Amino acid sequence: MDPHVSELLRRGERRWGERAIEVAIHSSAFIVVAALVLIFVFVAKEAVPMVTSPEVHEEVTIRSMVEPLPNGKFSWQPVSNVPKYSLLPLLVGTLKVTFVALFIALPIAIGAAVFTSEFAPQWAREFIKPVVELLAGIPSVVIGFFAIMVLATWVQDATGCIVRLNAITAGIGLSLAVIPIVYTVAEDALSAVPQAFRDGSRALGANPWQTAWGVVLPAAKPGVFAACVLGFGRAIGETMIVLMSSGNAATTSIDPRESLRTFSATIAAELGEVVHGSPHYHVLFFLGVVLFAVTFVSNLAGHWYVNRLRGKLRGRPASPKPVVAEARP
Amino acid sequence: MRGRIRFIGWFFTSLTGLSCLLIVVAVSIILGNIVHHGWDRLTWEFVSAEPRMGMTEGGIWPAIFGTIALVLLMTLAVVPLGVAAAVYLHEYAPQGSRLVHVVRLALQNLAGVPAIVFGLFGLGFFVQFAGGGIDRVFFSGSLVVGQPCILWASLTLAVLTLPTVVVATEEALRAVPRTYREAAYALGATKWQMIRRVVLPQSIGGILTGAILAVSRGAGEVAPILFTGAAYYLPYLPKRLNDQFMELGYHVYVLTTQAPDVEATKPILYSTVLVLLLVTFGLNFFAVLLRSRIRRRLRTT
Repeated sequence: MDPHVSELLRRGERRWGERAIEVAIHSSAFIVVAALVLIFVFVAKEAVPMVTSPEVHEEVTIRSMVEPLPNGKFSWQPVSNVPKYSLLPLLVGTLKVTFVALFIALPIAIGAAVFTSEFAPQWAREFIKPVVELLAGIPSVVIGFFAIMVLATWVQDATGCIVRLNAITAGIGLSLAVIPIVYTVAEDALSAVPQAFRDGSRALGANPWQTAWGVVLPAAKPGVFAACVLGFGRAIGETMIVLMSSGNAATTSIDPRESLRTFSATIAAELGEVVHGSPHYHVLFFLGVVLFAVTFVSNLAGHWYVNRLRGKLRGRPASPKPVVAEARP
Repeated sequence: MRGRIRFIGWFFTSLTGLSCLLIVVAVSIILGNIVHHGWDRLTWEFVSAEPRMGMTEGGIWPAIFGTIALVLLMTLAVVPLGVAAAVYLHEYAPQGSRLVHVVRLALQNLAGVPAIVFGLFGLGFFVQFAGGGIDRVFFSGSLVVGQPCILWASLTLAVLTLPTVVVATEEALRAVPRTYREAAYALGATKWQMIRRVVLPQSIGGILTGAILAVSRGAGEVAPILFTGAAYYLPYLPKRLNDQFMELGYHVYVLTTQAPDVEATKPILYSTVLVLLLVTFGLNFFAVLLRSRIRRRLRTT
């Protein structure tokens, strides 16, 4: 065969190989999107019988989960003779521990972020960031272990609670998981504020704190808000810490000294023993759908605010008509 | 008046400093407590022997082996996929296109999905849909892979750690100077040749960072493997893809919450937690070192 022709053929082969690889690379991007969709579809699929199946309806409907039981109470007892599935105790438990965790984590994380970006000397900055990364790297099962073994005793000694595993213990444990994400996002937002803002404020005679409070924080507000929203999403979905350290009693008490049961811990604790395809099984997947939806929305909102901050600092006008242009004659 | 303003400034500045201090103290207390209680029992026998006497004696070798096998399988799945996705985002996709936006949004949201939902997904999709489907088609309905096992657990973790790998790889791709790509094109390389011969070798550090961070994350997650294959105790090590396995994090969880005699298992428990921490932190430390080297290069280019 003519050497030129065989060379051309080889090139053609190479192009085919290349084509195949490029198709694979393109489809990998598709897989990323598909993964998220599949997660929703396959969790929701097992929750659908909650709406459609008459067999499930004999035991539980979405309506019966929201309404009070015949005795006027709300309780979560899925394995009793007459299974009771009230969402209220789980909702109260989840919100209670999330509130305690955010109450502790938000001030500490945002305060630390302000310190790192505004006041800290270089050496402190290079020390605190890896420490927060270290905290983020502690597996949540280890934090849960620490909470149940050590923290619970300390909290009990300090507050005199009767219940050893309560919302305070679980909330402190949970805040350890929330702090890194809030800190990281807030610190990013504060550092993204241009130096000129600070210089201008200082030139007008403001001291460092006034600059941080009056200029930098307001400028970075969408980012700091995003940090709070993402922290909320993390707290709602966290499983192992609350599963191990919250006591897992489904009560409707809002007292933080009482024990509690969250959505995530309920799934983790009950799915292992449940009969496949039973009403209880579908209820647990339904809880999963609720969790997915709540965290999905809070993530979307969080990232939306982060992007808004970027646009704002890049100097894109907030309204379609810039005010300056109108002021010109 | 001026004195008051100065005092307020000083006061609030100290408060922010205090919150930093609080984080440092919290981390030191946790690590200090675990190292203090776990150090004594951390012997070669402990990491190499089987558990004995209802988990109150002996070692945790099966859990360590299971963890290693699990994250290795996970890496095999997540690294090629994550690198390919990052290459697509940075090299192929038209920047600012709608598809890129959607992929990035999916990645961000994937990173925020609770670990327990991954567990439900793993059970519903991998174990029942994929595993059950394979059993029906290839094994005429007998139970082979349609059950919780190490394969499905590792794939579930792979989906969970996908964003980590993509983000780290993309950062590394960004650090490769444009002039390198132009030089490759000028020498007649096709796009894929340029990526394979120039861009990927240059970003191997970042890809490794992503892989290590993913392993560190995967080794510590318990919620996704609760229903997809982890077992409390097995008399054998997992040898096939459809075996169940013991895992360090799961071991900690079960021993903490379900051991009949907590005081008797406490020393073993502390040492197990210490091993888990050493594994995740050792890997994390390595990844942070690698990444800081890449970032330095990014600044110089």
